[in-house]
Amino acid sequence: MTKMLIATTALVGVLAAPVAAQTIGVSIPAATHGWAGALNFHAEQTIRELGERYPDLQFVLTTTPDPSTQVSDLEDMVATRNIDALVVLPFESEPLTDPVRRIKESGVWTTVVDRGLAQDGIEDLYVAGDNTSFGRTAGEYFAQTLSEGDKIVVIRGIASTIDNERVAGFQEAIEGSGIEVLAMEHGNFNRDDAFTVMQDYLSRFGEIDAVWAADDDQAMGALAAIEQSGRQDEMWVVGGAGMKEMVQRIQQGDPQIPVNVTYPPSMISTAIELTALHFMTSAPITGEFIIASELITPENAENFYFENSPY
Amino acid sequence: MSTATTDSPKSAGWSIDLRVLGPILALLALVALGMFLNPNFLSYANITNVLARSAFIGIVAVGMTFVITAGGLDLSVGSMAAFIAGLMILVMNALIPVMGAGVGIILVGMLVAIVAGLIAGAINGLLVAKIGIEAFIVTLGTMGIYRSLVTWLADGGTLSLDFAMREIYRPVYYGGIMGISWPIIVFAVIAILGEIVMRHTAFGRHCAAIGSNETVARYSSVNVARVRTLTFIGLGLLVGIAVIMYVPRLGSASASTGVLWELEAIAAVIIGGTMLKGGFGRIWGTVVGVLILSLIGNILNLTDMVSPYLNGAIQGVIIILAVVLQRKRSNSR
Repeated sequence: MTKMLIATTALVGVLAAPVAAQTIGVSIPAATHGWAGALNFHAEQTIRELGERYPDLQFVLTTTPDPSTQVSDLEDMVATRNIDALVVLPFESEPLTDPVRRIKESGVWTTVVDRGLAQDGIEDLYVAGDNTSFGRTAGEYFAQTLSEGDKIVVIRGIASTIDNERVAGFQEAIEGSGIEVLAMEHGNFNRDDAFTVMQDYLSRFGEIDAVWAADDDQAMGALAAIEQSGRQDEMWVVGGAGMKEMVQRIQQGDPQIPVNVTYPPSMISTAIELTALHFMTSAPITGEFIIASELITPENAENFYFENSPY
Repeated sequence: MSTATTDSPKSAGWSIDLRVLGPILALLALVALGMFLNPNFLSYANITNVLARSAFIGIVAVGMTFVITAGGLDLSVGSMAAFIAGLMILVMNALIPVMGAGVGIILVGMLVAIVAGLIAGAINGLLVAKIGIEAFIVTLGTMGIYRSLVTWLADGGTLSLDFAMREIYRPVYYGGIMGISWPIIVFAVIAILGEIVMRHTAFGRHCAAIGSNETVARYSSVNVARVRTLTFIGLGLLVGIAVIMYVPRLGSASASTGVLWELEAIAAVIIGGTMLKGGFGRIWGTVVGVLILSLIGNILNLTDMVSPYLNGAIQGVIIILAVVLQRKRSNSR
């Protein structure tokens, strides 16, 4: 039943409708990769909890496979569900900017999550992760742990602003440390692509001291390639985003995966909770809420492990 | 060769000779480029990597050659592979408490993959051949269906094979005999069988006949619906086999598994000299096409020659060049 909720792009009312209740619309990308899957999981869970806590609040959740469907979903929400607030994680910034602005102008309280709109000042609340800090946190670990002349390879994500910001943050942090970056290729947040890229790195370079895989799916692919080559003792791998298998291995002290960097998909919970608070309390809730990336180490790993999350 | 030999039709003499050269020249040029750019290119490890990773697309592309030769097309193979991989992992994990981790479960998993492939192929084939819907539309539909199903099975995340099973299953991708890994052996066997079926059996000739003129084929008492359905069933079976080789590699399946496999397989088939509109198919050409596609990616990863942003562009140029080479010469006869 809960799967139905995630799988459909149609509008789904979560609670029965008491009169004069407030309705909050939530629009997020569909679960097409691990991180987005966890986003859906946390959105659904938060909506269920809030529904129990505040019977006066109703929620409408839509998941969309592409930007144009998301625009249609938003139009449907306004036209047929009469929403009072909108929590939206834009699929892409540019195409969603104008539709969200129009919804905001029609008097809907608006929260934008993670991917900012192309124009400033539209939303009431902006909740986001910090991609530069994601790259910098990883980079600082590399700079502290490795010594001058050590060699690393990087597997980047899908070519995008997100990826560029992460890589810029990383490069800034390792600058001056004397670490040599042998190569950077794209793994497209995909295990198979990262596996292939890592295999080729391993044939190309006789010495690699560490890998920044920048994403946990990519790290899984890279680890499989390293295992195949039998060079596990030579290098360690840092992924990112806090996939639960990775967190578990860090907790167990796996020498190949010393740390991880968070980019929590549960930021959607932060956004929905804060939006609900705007209606249910008189606390001022406007502005920006930026969630910094944290370093997951064997010592603090248990705080980042979510048993039921699919990611 | 100025005159055609007597035992082959006149028009074929020139055209086949020259169309043969296009993909082979492209392949040799890539190998030479690879050797020039990186001394490790011809190392045993790199060659094994490239051939083994070509095996998935290669096995699928052999089946795709039959479908395209018979005038069809299958866009669903990538999604189908992801769905079958997900299904296989779920079944194997579910059986661990019942059967205990062991080879038995792997055999059941393989059976699941093959049966699922046959059924999925039969659904495509029957919709195309019996109901008469365009193959493009049918398989576009099933492509979306299988992609959604695997996302749903995985709850948006990743389905992972139990760790104990992974250790037992692993050698199917990473192991081999006499230093040749299993995916390469399976790919080679399937390619050779495919070549025999395409060239030396009635089925192969019927595929070409249907692809070049369906009406004439029907008047020549070829059972068009049956042959066409069988091409899709065969492709489904090969997708199942590809999945059997794929799952032990990373032991997981997710919504991003097998993305764009269909286009890579179709591209490989066309680079190899098979006609996209049907009527002529060449299995060994498909194999060359698959290797060309894999080598481009491999060479780009082995060098810093171009910005990684341009990888797709380089691949596109080489694909078009490989096809232009053969078309130009075959037209000028």
